[in-house]
Amino acid sequence: MAKLVPVPSGSMVPDRDINKKPVLECVDLGISFGGLRAVQDFNIIIGPTEISGLIGPNGAGKTTVFNLLTKVYQPTQGTILLNGKDTHGMNTMQVNRAGIARTFQNIRLFDNLSVEDNVKVAMDANMHYSMWSGIFRLPSYWREEKAAHEKALELLSLFSMEKLAHIQAGALPYGAQRRLEIVRALATNPSLLLLDEPAAGMNPSETAELMENIRKVRDTLQIAVLLIEHDMNLVMNICEGICVLNFGRIIAKGTPEDIQSNPAVIEAYLGKK
Amino acid sequence: MRKSSSAPFHFLTYFLVIGAYAALQVLQARGELSATMRGMLVPICAYVVMAVSLNLTVGVLGELSLGHAGFMSVGAFLGTSTAIALQDAVPVPGVRLAIALVVAALCAAVAGFLIGIPVLRLNGDYLAIVTLAFGEIIKAIFNNLYLGVDAKGVHVSLLEDTTNTAADGRLIIQGPMGIGGIQKISTFTAGFILILISLIVIFNLVGSRAGRAIMAIRDNPIAAQSVGVNLIKYKMMAFVVSAALAGSAGALFAMNYSTVVANKFDFNTSILILVFVVLGGLGNMFGSIVAAAVLTILPEALRPIAEYRMLLYAVLLIVMMLTANHPLVKAIFNRFRQTGQIQLETDDEEKEAA
Repeated sequence: MAKLVPVPSGSMVPDRDINKKPVLECVDLGISFGGLRAVQDFNIIIGPTEISGLIGPNGAGKTTVFNLLTKVYQPTQGTILLNGKDTHGMNTMQVNRAGIARTFQNIRLFDNLSVEDNVKVAMDANMHYSMWSGIFRLPSYWREEKAAHEKALELLSLFSMEKLAHIQAGALPYGAQRRLEIVRALATNPSLLLLDEPAAGMNPSETAELMENIRKVRDTLQIAVLLIEHDMNLVMNICEGICVLNFGRIIAKGTPEDIQSNPAVIEAYLGKK
Repeated sequence: MRKSSSAPFHFLTYFLVIGAYAALQVLQARGELSATMRGMLVPICAYVVMAVSLNLTVGVLGELSLGHAGFMSVGAFLGTSTAIALQDAVPVPGVRLAIALVVAALCAAVAGFLIGIPVLRLNGDYLAIVTLAFGEIIKAIFNNLYLGVDAKGVHVSLLEDTTNTAADGRLIIQGPMGIGGIQKISTFTAGFILILISLIVIFNLVGSRAGRAIMAIRDNPIAAQSVGVNLIKYKMMAFVVSAALAGSAGALFAMNYSTVVANKFDFNTSILILVFVVLGGLGNMFGSIVAAAVLTILPEALRPIAEYRMLLYAVLLIVMMLTANHPLVKAIFNRFRQTGQIQLETDDEEKEAA
């Protein structure tokens, strides 16, 4: 496990990432819905190969943070710097093309498409042949489709799903659907992968496998991962930095050991002694 | 578990179209087709193209359009006008027809693009209502449009004829009287070729990255955006291609008659085409073709029973809808559709392990 070291703004990143530009930096990020401040003063720095966790009780604003990062909601305060670039004014599609890919708490696959096509849709932004090349089946169509097919199988094989390539996505078992969503997100070549409750509904052996896979993804693709999860075993095992959210505010940040013994966190989860 | 693969089904669709064309040509050559049937060959082709093109919007893109006849109207009027204007310049009817169909497709594509700008930002019911209004607006425009061509060029006026078309020229579109004196240059062979082109365009589009993106938007727009798919671009692409094909179908349809009026392409026509699509199955081009052909012939075939014709037509429509949606029929059809590729996987253990 990497040691966390402080960076000038006061946040922490793993020691191997200390001299690298952070992949994500949120400064005073916040959003209000009418009078309700769903998230406020959200400050976080994520190193380029860091696996970090975002935890907190139900309704704390975790998924709202994801929706802010991916511009499903436009933030009403603060800035988001992605690889040092301000994402102000971008929409969901542009943020994805700039490097953030995500999965959803309630699985959102393209149910009627095959597993392989689900992955290929995510490569669309990196494919260039025109509508006419597609209609007339010009050489650029064959070339790019072949490359996309190979890349899709390669990504699917990361999660041992290459044999399922021709199955309709909606017909997959639950666990496989969750894995496919991650593969699809990876197909967009992200620098930051957001996982919204990736282990929800999984049994302990599936969860263990998922942990291995998340580490493998980080190691092979050298990307950062930010995950929301209620399974504390998973969070404490694979996250290097953890950020705890309650009522839209960060109440604690640090290594898994710090968080487990933090009185504010214990109070948020269990109530006052 | 269902595997998704539709390639063999495409082959079957082409086979059906080519086979039907060949069979009808043989029947026609042997004089075994009635005059009514011969007169219906071109309209059937036009309705088939209308049905498959609407299926691109409704079945593949998943947006309900209630104004598809509007695009047909644009193509019919502007394509036919082009053909009439070129009557002397291009003497060969086949070439003139081809030019007219291309112009019709382009004009309808432009109309589709313009209506698409506001419409595709809307979803569901809103899109249906705006396309419905579009169909009515197009009808109103062509009912009040005067278009004349003479040596000095093209003259256009609205509401009343102030085009001052010279005596040596010709007033082509005459407001509520539409276009008269059309040379019937549409042929069954031209209709057959148009169907083949439509199928190639739609199947190849659906089988390319554009088609994947369009279907992804249909299945889950939020997820599609989150993986970098350009929603507006692909919705527009499907909508415009659909409109262009409808436009050329309109021109083919119009040039099978000596006159064409705007009221022919009304809300009822849009709904009729939607019925073909729904009955044939959303996203199922094969079904659209069969439904369009059968439901165009049916009212004529029922003519002997005179007054009860439309009553029986409605009853048959309901029976067909119920049959097509029966689980048993669907299961048989699915098996047939995937030609043995699909099996229901029984070993759940293996599924869990995978």
